Order: sequence, then structure tokens, then C-alpha cells
Amino acid sequence: MTAARPDLVPVPYRVAARTARTPDTADLVLDPVADALPPFAPGQFAMVYAFGVGDIPLSLSAQDGHRLTHTIRAVGAVSRALHGLWPGTTVGVRGPFGIGWEPPAVEGTDLLVVAGGLGLAPLRPLVRAVLAARPRYGRVAVLIGTRTPGDLLCTQDIEDWRAAGARVEVTVDRPDNAWQGDVGVVTDLLDRAEFAPRNAAAFLCGPEVMMRATARELVRRGLAPDRIQLSLERTMHCGTGHCGHCQLGPLLLCRDGPVVSWSHAEPLLLVREL
Amino acid sequence: MTGEAPTAVIGTEGMAELIRVLAARGRTVIGPTVRDGAIVLDELTDGDELPYGRGVELEAGHYRVRPRADGAAFAHSAGPQSWKTYLHPQRERQWNADRGSDGAWVVTEDDTPPPSYAFLGVRPCDLRAIAVQDRVLAGGPHSDNRYRARRERTFLVAVECTEPGATCFCTSMGAGPAVDGGYDLALTEVVDGGGHRFWARAGSDEGASVLAELPHLPADASLATVAHEKVSAAADRMGRTMPEVDLQALMRETLHADRWNDVAARCLTCGNCTMACPTCFCTSAEDVTDLTGDHAERWRRWESCFDLEFSHLPGGPVRASGRSRYRQWATHKLGTWYDQFDSSGCVGCGRCIVWCPVGIDLTEEAHALNAERAAGGPPGEGAA
Amino acid sequence: MTADRPDFFGALPPAHRDRLRTLAREVSFPAELRIFDEGGPADRFWVIRSGTVALDVYEPGRGAAVVETLGDGELLGWSWLFEPYHWHLGARTRAPVTAYEFDAEQVRGAIDADPAFGLAVTRCVAAVAIGRRLRAARLRLLDLYGAPGREPWTGAAGAAP
Repeated sequence: MTAARPDLVPVPYRVAARTARTPDTADLVLDPVADALPPFAPGQFAMVYAFGVGDIPLSLSAQDGHRLTHTIRAVGAVSRALHGLWPGTTVGVRGPFGIGWEPPAVEGTDLLVVAGGLGLAPLRPLVRAVLAARPRYGRVAVLIGTRTPGDLLCTQDIEDWRAAGARVEVTVDRPDNAWQGDVGVVTDLLDRAEFAPRNAAAFLCGPEVMMRATARELVRRGLAPDRIQLSLERTMHCGTGHCGHCQLGPLLLCRDGPVVSWSHAEPLLLVREL
Repeated sequence: MTGEAPTAVIGTEGMAELIRVLAARGRTVIGPTVRDGAIVLDELTDGDELPYGRGVELEAGHYRVRPRADGAAFAHSAGPQSWKTYLHPQRERQWNADRGSDGAWVVTEDDTPPPSYAFLGVRPCDLRAIAVQDRVLAGGPHSDNRYRARRERTFLVAVECTEPGATCFCTSMGAGPAVDGGYDLALTEVVDGGGHRFWARAGSDEGASVLAELPHLPADASLATVAHEKVSAAADRMGRTMPEVDLQALMRETLHADRWNDVAARCLTCGNCTMACPTCFCTSAEDVTDLTGDHAERWRRWESCFDLEFSHLPGGPVRASGRSRYRQWATHKLGTWYDQFDSSGCVGCGRCIVWCPVGIDLTEEAHALNAERAAGGPPGEGAA
Repeated sequence: MTADRPDFFGALPPAHRDRLRTLAREVSFPAELRIFDEGGPADRFWVIRSGTVALDVYEPGRGAAVVETLGDGELLGWSWLFEPYHWHLGARTRAPVTAYEFDAEQVRGAIDADPAFGLAVTRCVAAVAIGRRLRAARLRLLDLYGAPGREPWTGAAGAAP
């Protein structure tokens, strides 16, 4: 028998903890049963398998040693199965796959992290990595747009990130009685973030409509299109570049993405049903 | 292979012996044979199973086997299947998972020993198609090791093309009708006053040793020249052409063309073209469990980009319209394949034209897109 | 004259209206034609004479969501007036459309050359298109026809944004 390949055959991980984040979203914390996968770079993804049901691509929302955290919204058969798992059950994980976020090499660059809805999850490892090396960067702003205050992920993170020297702003589409914060779309928060457009880099994740609007607004404010990175979502069955499902024109997103620069993505995202 | 490539002349008895020699070496010999009114690929045990005296009549949406007076075995062009049926099978189990009483489970990779094939009668277009799939499935950062294992064990007997079909355009795609390496043995069939002969060349050490085992006809210096001439003449008799432009750029620049609406009005989105295409590689993962629920399997099966589910996201399909699905197939095949895998995805075999139930012709669509681009593109779209 | 009437020309003082009309050419579009796409250059705009145009937003997997429809007398497109002159939405005809079409660069030139004309046109676009549509969009956000007792209402009468 050939040696098991973690890119083709899932590696067993045990659910160590499950934390409900919103009514339909939960964090699953996974520990390897025996062998662990190689480390994931922020923005790379795993294929996570629910026994007998199937696997789906999931970005990591945290990685601590061999411990992986995924944020899962129950929207399809596999994600519903994973979302409903309790501590002690076993899942399969393949990876790491794809190209993740690429923080700027130039010291002192201002960073803008813009998240919409569940898009905050794949950005969490990036924010953590950046704040762990805080002196290397200029101003760091994390701008978060969400549907309702109840849909806001990682409220504890927000406090931690502020304490670690990031400006964190949150706006919601639909406030509730208790909400005293901003109401509006996430692009409005750009006015709040301080950054030097010629010396800034941006990282976007959320619905494509939100990322398109944000990227255009950033370009209008002077950011170069190749300094704006976004994480794209398409169907994926293999993660290894063989199944063909994740094509976006010239890109195989499991191989050439999921993180793509706006300069590459813009002409592709403008073609409907590409 | 070291030194000069050995060549020889063999006859039909040598062809029959070739099948026996390959089988004796433990190989499953696959080649063309007549069945159900078509020249199909199947396991061969004897030379008389080859389609001697059979040709094909091809047109868009049309395929008929026709008798040939010359008795040639390889005077037919692409049939309904291609070699991917064997190298990249329609359905394949990738692994099993078994759950114990404690809820933990173990995975075992499927370790069925890969078959050892000999492909007899690989046309140059299909030889190119195998090379294209090699790059897709075994040439990237992740290699499909089951494909690779089958591929590495396969012995390839190429047969050059002297009788192109009405739907062939390998010359436009630079894939034929002559072979250009990548084989263990190459043959060119010549039927003339000198008899029914094959000019054979070895392309590998194993090819040379197989060739040495075959009964040879007397060496005939003129046969190589005759074979070359027949293959060169075939290049000028292609039934179809592609526009002589950069097809990658043509596809990139016509994403909004009106022609996609025209072809979408005819296309049934049945996916036949993707099944018949020798390079289409897309698959879907399929997960099954047994009745106890404690044994699970991961299968991979061919999938078509014409399937609505192919581009499914939680909200629905990305390519909801037939127009976008045909466009995806054609632009991938002729254009974005270069971006992804550094070559065209089309080898000019014409299968997609023949096996389209409504006779959509990829070359005609490419010419129409080229004409529309030359005429300045569609009004309204993009320009507004 | 009231800014809430949809008729774009009706909201312009007569002299400026006549001036703008001299820059128009009559066009017609068949049904189901995409007039422009999000991100495309906003180099033209239209005042609809007859027919209906749907403005939409595209999200992969969800398709195109119509966010508003425009009909007789209404202005189609205002992104031509503000940098970077790119469409924010897509537009597609429903029924066949006849319209006055304007070349954006020509109108911007006239606006720059004649401040009084420019102010009138800009005011008109701001009031008729942007102002009216923004108010309508905000009201629609409230989901007034939805079941009562849901957010975003605070519960206090008249406290809606």
C-alpha cells in the first residue's frame, strides 16, 4: 500500500470543543487523533469530512499548534452535519490547500482588514499573525460588517485585538434595541480607518458584492489594485486541482486561490456566471 | 531508450503477434473493435478482433461504420470512447473508512493493484490527449497517484492517421496526424500493391524489445517514404479547421459575445461532449455508507460542467444559464486551459462534434466568435 | 415642480431642460437587453421615455437580484456624474424601451462650461435620482410589510430611522 497522502485521504481529528457563535454558526475545535497535518498559513483552507456525508472546504479561523479551529455555518448537507457534531466525535481533515493571505513585506505598511459576515473567520488567523508582529506594521484597522449584532462572530477577539493595538470598527445592517454602534454598510467604515493609500494593503473577505464594492472604494481612495487581496468562494470537491469545480476563468481557486489580488480578480468578477 | 530507434516492417500476422506478445507480458491489451454499430475500445485477445475493412462516416451528430475495400484496420478516426475510460475511469473508489464501537474511525486508501494496460491503436490526437491529462492529473502540486500508477504501467502503441474524418481538425491543434514521441511503439498502416503492412518504430526500450519479438517482413526502404507521404497527405484532408488565431485570446476577448446566446439556444446541456472528450477530466466526489452506517466509502465519478450542480454554491449554481455552461466548456477547452495547464485542452479529435445530439460544432462556434470579434463585438454589453 | 415626481425633465427649469434636450439622441432597446454592467464605464446615461429597466446586483450562486425598476420619465444612470464614472449596478430592459440617450462626456463638458446649467442638472440628479431613491431604499430596509415585532424597530413610536 502506498503511504497515506493527507491531500487525498482524510486524517482523523477529534472534536475537542464546540462553541455556538450565532444561531446557525459554531466553532469546532479539532485535535489530531494521531498524526497531524502540516501547518496552515493564514487564509489556506482544509477539506473537512463528516463521516459518510462528505467534505467541504473550510478556512481555518484559528490554529494553535496542531489544534485547528473552523467556523461553520449550517447551510448544506455537510456543513449541517459538521455544525451538529459534539465533542468526542471524529472528523477527517485534508490540507493545507491553496494560497493564503500575503502580508506586505515592507515594514510600516498600514493594514486594512475588511470582513463581511462569516468572512471574518478566514481573516482571524491573519489578524492574529499581524498583531503578534505588531511593530512590523503601521496602523492596523479591522472593519467588520454584519447582519445583526447577534451575528457578530468573535466578540472576545474584538476586545483582544483592540488591546493589541488594532482599530476595530463594527457596523450592522439591522440593529436591535441594545445596539449603540454603527448602522450601515462596511464600506462606510473606511472613513474611520486611518491609512496612507500609497503605503497600505487591504485584505477582504465576505460576499462578493461586498468585496467588489469595498475594493472599488479602496482603489478610488488610492490603493493599488494589486495590494488588495480577497478570498473567493467556489464549489470544491478535491482541493488538489483535479476535480475542475472551482474554476473562475483562468484560475483554479483551490490551487491559484482562494486568496487572489483584486488586479487579477476584478476582470473575472465582472463577468456574470463565469 | 539508447541508440537509434529500431524500425521494422510487420504484416497482419505481426499485428496479431503483437497482441499475443503484449498479453504474454501480463498486459491487458485494449484496442479498437467493432461492436453495436461502432468502433469501440475493448480488450483484445486476437488480431482478427481489430476492425479490418471498416471505416467510419462522420458528421456533426452523425456516426456510421462503413465497409472498406482495402481491408485497413486503422482507417477510422475517433470513436465514442477515448483512452481516459481506462486511465481516468468513470467511477473509482478512493478510500474506505470504518468506524469502531468507540466512534473513532480509520481510513484506508484503496490499494487495488493498478492494471497493466497496453493500448493498441492510439491515434496521434489521443496520444496528445493522454499527455494533456498527464499534466492535469499528475503534473500539478498534488498528483493523483492512482492515475499516475496506471499511466506509468501503460504501454502505448500509437498508429498514425492516414484517413482523417470529416470532423477531424488535429492539424489545427498541432496534435496530428503524425506522432511526435510519447509512445512505446509507433505504427503507420500502408495497404497498397506491396501488400498490407505496418511500418513500425520503437519509442522506448520496452517498445524495442516487443518489436524484436515480432515476425518481421523483409525490410523495405521505400515503405517509410510511402508512410510519410500518406500521413502528410492526411494533414491536408482534415474535415474541419480552427480559425488561425490565438484561441486563448479569442476566448478571453469574446466572453460577452452574442454567439453564446445562439449556441445556447441549440445546446441541450446534456454533457455528451464532455463525456466523449478525451481530455475532459472533471469529477465529483461521492460519499456512500453501508446499511450499518459504520462503513463509508469515497468514490470519484466523472462530472460534466454542463450539470447545473457542477458550480453549486449554498445559494444556488454560479452558472445557472445554459449559455454560461457552454461558454465555460468551450472557453476552458480552448482558452483558460493554457492558463491552468500550459496547453490547449483540445486536440482536434472531433468527438464533441460527432457525439453532440444536435450537431453543435466547436470549430464552427470558434469561427463565429472570431467573426463576431472581427466585426467589433456585440452592442450594449461592456461598452455601455 | 416637485422633486419627488419621477419625471426627470420636469424637474429642470425650462431653459436648462431645452438645453439638455439638444444633447439627446433617441434610442430604443429590445426587451431583455443588458444596457450596462456593474463596473463598466459610465460614459452614457438615459431618460426613459417608455418601457421598464431593472437595476440589479449580481452575486455568484444567487444570481442577479433586482433592486429597483425604472420607468417612464425616469433617469437611468447617475454614476456618469461622479468619479470614477463606473456603474455601481447592472441594468437590463424588461419590456422594450425607448429613451433619450446622452453622452456623459458631452454633458459633463456643458456642466463645466456653464455653471448655472451645471448647478441645475446636478441639483436635478441629486434630488430626483439620488435623494428620492435613497429615501425609498431606507424605507425598504425597514421591511414595513414584514411581520410586526421584529427588528429594526425599537418599540418606541416614531423612533424609526
